[in-house]
Amino acid sequence: MVAPAIDRRGFLRVSFAAASGLLISLYLHPDALGQEAPMPQQQAKVYPPDAFVNIRPDGKIVIQVNRLEFGQGVQTALPMVLADEMDADWANVIGELAPAADVYKDPLFGIQIVGGSGSIAHSFTQYRELGAKTRAMLIAAAADRWNTTPDKCRTEASVVHGPNGKSATYAELAADAARKPVPAKVNLKSATEFKLVGKRVKRLDSRPKCNGSLKFGLDLDLPGMKVAVVAHPPVFGGRVKRIVDDEARRVEGVRDIFEIPLAKGTGVAVVADKFWPAKQARSRLKIDWDLTGVEQPDSSELWTRYRQLGNTAGLVAVNRGAANAFDKIAAGDRIVAEYEFPFLAHTPMEPLNTTVRFDGDRGEAWAGSQFQTVDQIAVAEVLGLKPQQVTFHTEMAGGGFGRRAVTDSHIQREAAVIAKRMRGTPVKLIWTREDDVQGGYYRPMHYHRVEVGIGPDGLPAAWRHVVVGQSLLMGTPFESFAVKNGIDETAIEGTSDTHYNIPNMHLSVHHPKVNVPVLWWRSVGHTHNAFVMETLIDELATRARMDPIAYRRKLLKPDAKKLLQPLDLLDKATSGWRNKLPRGHALGVSCHESFGTGVACAVDVSIDNKRPRIHRATIAVDCGIAVNPLSVESQFQAGIGFGLTQLVPKGAITLKNGMVEQRNFDSYAPPYIIDTPMTVDVHIVPSSEAPTGCGEPPVPVISPAVVNALARLTGKRYRTLPLLNV
Amino acid sequence: MATYQLNVNGERREVTVDPSTPLLWVLREDLKMTGTKFGCGISACGACTVHVGGVATRSCVVPISHVGDRPIVTIEAMAADPVGRAVQNAWVEEDVVQCGYCQSGQIMAAVALLKHTPRPTEQNIEESMGGNLCRCGTYPRIRAAIKTAATQLTKGGA
Repeated sequence: MVAPAIDRRGFLRVSFAAASGLLISLYLHPDALGQEAPMPQQQAKVYPPDAFVNIRPDGKIVIQVNRLEFGQGVQTALPMVLADEMDADWANVIGELAPAADVYKDPLFGIQIVGGSGSIAHSFTQYRELGAKTRAMLIAAAADRWNTTPDKCRTEASVVHGPNGKSATYAELAADAARKPVPAKVNLKSATEFKLVGKRVKRLDSRPKCNGSLKFGLDLDLPGMKVAVVAHPPVFGGRVKRIVDDEARRVEGVRDIFEIPLAKGTGVAVVADKFWPAKQARSRLKIDWDLTGVEQPDSSELWTRYRQLGNTAGLVAVNRGAANAFDKIAAGDRIVAEYEFPFLAHTPMEPLNTTVRFDGDRGEAWAGSQFQTVDQIAVAEVLGLKPQQVTFHTEMAGGGFGRRAVTDSHIQREAAVIAKRMRGTPVKLIWTREDDVQGGYYRPMHYHRVEVGIGPDGLPAAWRHVVVGQSLLMGTPFESFAVKNGIDETAIEGTSDTHYNIPNMHLSVHHPKVNVPVLWWRSVGHTHNAFVMETLIDELATRARMDPIAYRRKLLKPDAKKLLQPLDLLDKATSGWRNKLPRGHALGVSCHESFGTGVACAVDVSIDNKRPRIHRATIAVDCGIAVNPLSVESQFQAGIGFGLTQLVPKGAITLKNGMVEQRNFDSYAPPYIIDTPMTVDVHIVPSSEAPTGCGEPPVPVISPAVVNALARLTGKRYRTLPLLNV
Repeated sequence: MATYQLNVNGERREVTVDPSTPLLWVLREDLKMTGTKFGCGISACGACTVHVGGVATRSCVVPISHVGDRPIVTIEAMAADPVGRAVQNAWVEEDVVQCGYCQSGQIMAAVALLKHTPRPTEQNIEESMGGNLCRCGTYPRIRAAIKTAATQLTKGGA
């Protein structure tokens, strides 16, 4: 596949385009009759897209969001940032998801992406500048109109006020403002001037998500549209040998059945008028599969192989202090711990889907994509077009957690292959839940073996650590981002860069090749690294007979302020309950920094019917400026629920003879309400520093905190996930 | 193919489909009512919850031929239902939704709960909402919103 332009020059080019005026353009929108009312030299509509702010004649201000909204609240938060600097009237602000286009690329990554918890972190300054520049252009237009100077004008709630009581609304000024040059430089507000940033602002998308009117990608309905499902090989990479489809073709509403190439191997596409006949027909296909030369992985064999690998040092990622420090520690002062983490599926609530139409010299795609640039290139490549010939719409997505950012764009490629054959007809490809659970692209399974030598002060004096797991990025166009000297940094993040002061540390990595497609899963390597670190640190605290918060504070480096401040806040916030738990309850603590955000977590846990019952969770977080504290609170309250996917008993994907053993939510069951904390209180460290992400950082802390509480109740340490009955 | 007369949100609707077609897909594809969501197809996630004859029902596993003349009520009718409206308002007030995909089903389950149990306990909530998955994990706010709606609805001395 074509590697997307993600080098630093791409980033600079986009910025340059911004400075030269491409980035902001204000334009009038269709009037009430739906007719275009284009400005001369201005874009009449979103295509080709180059605008972030659209001030409509009716006073509505539409702000393009350069991200996918899939729960994280960015469709509200980025418009808040822009509207604040613009002094827009919030009651009339609308956030829209931008289609794929150069101007909407992440300023840091250089592609259009939701990843690395960067939606706010990377676009905060960008959206502030966009807002301030728009405001400056509106003021310049007003000053011209009133024969005055911009410094005599002020703005408030979408109105410019000038001398002698003059005023004009943004809508009245928009056309003139659009002809003003985009200022190269603008002053941004000081924190005390913020009217929206830092305030608890409710989501813009609540009502349509509560009354069923909001359309997700799966809800798309186009004239003449057909629905496709695909029969995938039972083992990754299998190929179709023979298809018997007479029975399938007899299902009323079936339009076509044909073999298609897949990212690995081949499959059989069924196209029908609607979903149900497509699914019925697929179940009536008889397919002989060719598995010659296809590796058929087996979970139990993989564990044997991983354990053997873990007994030897791999590629060295960290080698600090004395290499033989561990050997000098007496046997009684050692902890040797082995951890096992299974494959995990993301299973976003909205099943994966993409719609594509191919018209010969044009293509159009609709997808809830976290990876618009890459997916647009993939669709274009399959259709034999240039990316700019493919209009790529960002559809609202029902969750994603990494599953909608796939380096090989396999869903979009499948949809495009089918649409190409069905030329002129829009085709919606739907992956059923079974396709999703069995379809790969999992959080890779990992084995950790850790040897800790405890010093006389109860602190870790030596740390020898081997990580075994597939690389996420090796062999992908993104390899150069995270793979250094054969080591995929995403496998060891959270350990290699630990903020604990461990003087002698040796960390090495094995990346076995396994025939299972793997993918980043919300918080990526932190899912397993935080679990290992935080359960071991907790064990050390217990052995040292120290309070788990006090021990962590003592062991953290003095400059680890993104963890020290949350721990201080956690200490205060839990003082009312932490040491007064009822009989049968225990406290569990953890802390972890990921994506620049520090999180400390305490839970109150009992054991109910052999399962952990989480009565409450208290979270303290330092995420820099909390752009929308309500949204930050929600991300943490709910994100720890997602994190508990690691602990639920059916939270594992396993393979037997190359085939995935789970099928749907009956056998791969994420957390339900009963599995998650009854209440979660979130405390935010006050900060004036740049905002950092909140999408992923909730996930790593919860599972170690819960098993740390269980360890206090049972005296056992839990190192194999999923957590079976306690 | 067979023709069925359905009572959907108080309106008479006629569809001609294969008798095995689940109610979910009739709603979504034949009646173009996409507020009811497909999540799993095996009644394990609750995203497709509607009320059939007043009972919260997983529409993904109910063949259209089994519906008969029982009234079907979907999320699209909730704004016009006093309990439905209160629950939707509470959801907005508590800022419950994240991705929002499961919330039609959550709201339909919550409305069914409150219609039968106007003052639900924590245990009632866990039982009634226990089969509705939310991958975002909005459960703490779902609990809060149900209590808010219950308070709102019982204030008038119902």
